Amino acid sequence: MINLTIDNRKIEAESGRFILDVARENGIVIPTLCSHESIEPTGSCRLCVVEAKQGKRTRIVTSCLYPVAEGMVVDTKSERVKAVRSLVLQLLLARCPESGQLKEMAEEMGVGPEPRFTPDQDNVKCILCRMCVRTCEKVVGVSAIGFSYRGTEKNVCTPFKEESATCIGCGACAYICPTGHIEMTTTETGDTRTIWERTFKMKACKVCGRYFAPEDQLAYISAKTGVPAEELAVCVSCR
Amino acid sequence: MMSKMKSFHELKSVQERLKAGRDPKKPSVTICVGTGCLAYGTQKLVDSFREELAKRDLTGKIDFRTSGCHGFCERGPMVVIGPENTFYQRVGLGDAAEIIDKTLLKGEVIDRLLYIDPATGEKIVREDDVPFYKKQTRLVFGLNFKVDPESLEDYLAIDGYSALAKAMTMQPEAIIQEVIKANLRGRGGGGFPAGWKWDETRKADGEPKYVICNADEGDPGAYMDRSLLEGNPHLVLEGMIIGAYAIGSHEGYIYVRNEYPLAVKNIHTAIRQAREAGLLGENILGSGFSFDVKINRGGGAFVCGESSALFASLEGRAGEPRAKYIHATHRGLYDKPTNLNNVETWANVPFIINRGADWYCGIGTAGSKGTKIFSLVGKINNTGLVEVPMGTSLRKIVFEIGGGIPEGRKFKAIQTGGPSGGCIPDKLLDLPVDFDELTKIGSMMGSGGMIVMDERNCMVDVARYFTNFLVSESCGKCVPCREGIRRMRDILVDICEGKGREGDVDLLEKMAKGIVDGALCALGNSAPNPVMSTIRHFRDEYEAHVREKRCPSGVCKALITYSVDAEKCTGCTLCAKVCPTKAATGERKKAHVIDPEKCTKCGACRESCKFDAIIVR
Repeated sequence: MINLTIDNRKIEAESGRFILDVARENGIVIPTLCSHESIEPTGSCRLCVVEAKQGKRTRIVTSCLYPVAEGMVVDTKSERVKAVRSLVLQLLLARCPESGQLKEMAEEMGVGPEPRFTPDQDNVKCILCRMCVRTCEKVVGVSAIGFSYRGTEKNVCTPFKEESATCIGCGACAYICPTGHIEMTTTETGDTRTIWERTFKMKACKVCGRYFAPEDQLAYISAKTGVPAEELAVCVSCR
Repeated sequence: MMSKMKSFHELKSVQERLKAGRDPKKPSVTICVGTGCLAYGTQKLVDSFREELAKRDLTGKIDFRTSGCHGFCERGPMVVIGPENTFYQRVGLGDAAEIIDKTLLKGEVIDRLLYIDPATGEKIVREDDVPFYKKQTRLVFGLNFKVDPESLEDYLAIDGYSALAKAMTMQPEAIIQEVIKANLRGRGGGGFPAGWKWDETRKADGEPKYVICNADEGDPGAYMDRSLLEGNPHLVLEGMIIGAYAIGSHEGYIYVRNEYPLAVKNIHTAIRQAREAGLLGENILGSGFSFDVKINRGGGAFVCGESSALFASLEGRAGEPRAKYIHATHRGLYDKPTNLNNVETWANVPFIINRGADWYCGIGTAGSKGTKIFSLVGKINNTGLVEVPMGTSLRKIVFEIGGGIPEGRKFKAIQTGGPSGGCIPDKLLDLPVDFDELTKIGSMMGSGGMIVMDERNCMVDVARYFTNFLVSESCGKCVPCREGIRRMRDILVDICEGKGREGDVDLLEKMAKGIVDGALCALGNSAPNPVMSTIRHFRDEYEAHVREKRCPSGVCKALITYSVDAEKCTGCTLCAKVCPTKAATGERKKAHVIDPEKCTKCGACRESCKFDAIIVR
């Protein structure tokens, strides 16, 4: 265990853990957009920056990726930190002016849009937090989506923007998307679901008859876990 | 093909044999075939030399050599005739026969091919008397003159691989201590002490350990690393093998830009030759130590010069950096201990081993030792590659070596450190160039690019240009870099187009601070440098654009008009001839006029006018 200070509070933490996790466990709020408990941190949104002092050196670090250390003094709300966060939010607001989640977060932090930034008109809600891509790769394990292009052109898509053969239609990417950018639609009866421009046939529960999961996803789970497909043909509520 | 050498002794005897076979008094012809000279069409000259020599039955009787870049790219094609080292420049592609007959056979000097020192008007015969070369300290780059990059024999004949043999008789720790003592700092931009990195990598847990040469040189206008790899690949390779031995690595990579075809070819050849000769691969020189190198060609992203993005690219993933809170020396390529140094850094290693850290420390400043190669481009008379001791003043580089600004125009600024470096104004020209001094004034050493700008460069436009470059090269992973730099670029475009608003400069400064603090990697952290340094030193130009809607340098098209100074115009008609839209008109010997409706502000009239009669306001 090591001792550090976060926002003037003395805190004991396990060595090697990240500042963000330690802070949150101690009730200290650090805003984030690309962090999720079930996926590894990536450090792309930059909202979680904090000022960390170690020895004589003070620097801005990414709290989701920076490990705590003995004697470290962390300031999560310094002027430099606030300046980075407000710039990041203003930039994202200009990129995704329609995102309700961003507006809400900006309001909470007292950040208004920068009038000098002309809002983008393309109606894109994606902030490139990468959570969908990481979930698909690390949690689901299929890597059906990734990035194409770089810089401002960068976007999340299936390879060559074609229907993905590896996608199982699980919708984990849509569930985790913080801004509602990824569209997933289901027919009225629920017999098919469309995501990433591919339509998946849904399985109806053997017991209640409700459509509950894409057939491809059940086949994937069965193959991966060895559970017979028969056993997976019943929805969670009826099991 | 050279047979495999199995001991240090054998290497020594091969070197001696090759040296003995070379008579320094023998007539020789050396032609620079660096990329710059090849672009002049030098290959034709080389072919014609070979043909003419054969015709006269001289093949083999003279030393004929094509070498890598000599550095004076402005004056190519270049031919040096030995043993006197007669220097011919701007050689015509059909001049081979004359040079052979007059200079090589009769010792006559061909006047018209000599370099004339513009300062004195004096014709200079010997290559080393040319001021451009004379005022340099050509240590690392100097060997380019002496070797054919495709010949291992040439390299061995100048005692090449002696440093490797010497290093392998030393304890690895002792080699590292020597490099630490020499304070060799990373030439790729960071300036981090190489010896410390070696030491960290050696001590780090984990196998295998990797040694990488970063040859992903991407700064616009910079080509030092290219010319070293093209011109003397064995020097770089020797440095890497020494490093690998010291670190305890058996696997290395050279990550080289695919846009450098000659460099890729020459390093490929060098690796093959070194393997055949027992200098690379299993059981090097019979020492029991094994190390091999693979080449990885870069996919064309500037950001892949950043170490963690380079690793990602090498691993076959998209070139995106990651936060480097754990150093590459512990977790680099494939999460294994990795030592990455740039081409020029590796090329310095054999010198340090051969001549010792004390000798090396005799060159340079307190904090930066040795020499540095700069690529001097832009508004400069002597475009080319320049090697000087660390601490040489910018003034010496620009005016004494570079020969000053063409057409007698006024120097305005020099951009150092590549696109994310800074612009340095004339009042700081006496600054000694080393890692720390450049950082202090808001620029950086970077990999050694130097772009000279004169009074006809608009500094807001320059900032816009570099920022735009960085917008297109941002990997897009983190928000401040991806979104912030493009917003800065948009504001700069507005300012250049006369749509700048009061408060824009302050906003740019505020954004710059946020991006420096907030971006994930060094590309993002340093991306605001061109804007910050031009605001710092040329704020008046920004204010003229924003407040007076005026571009003082006459560059930003939306803010300027072209007209003719009737007093100065002699009616020579040249402007009317070059004007692509027929906006410039007039009768012979009478003052011309420019029709603003037709004028596209291309500047052709201004460039052509010999009487400085075109007014741009």
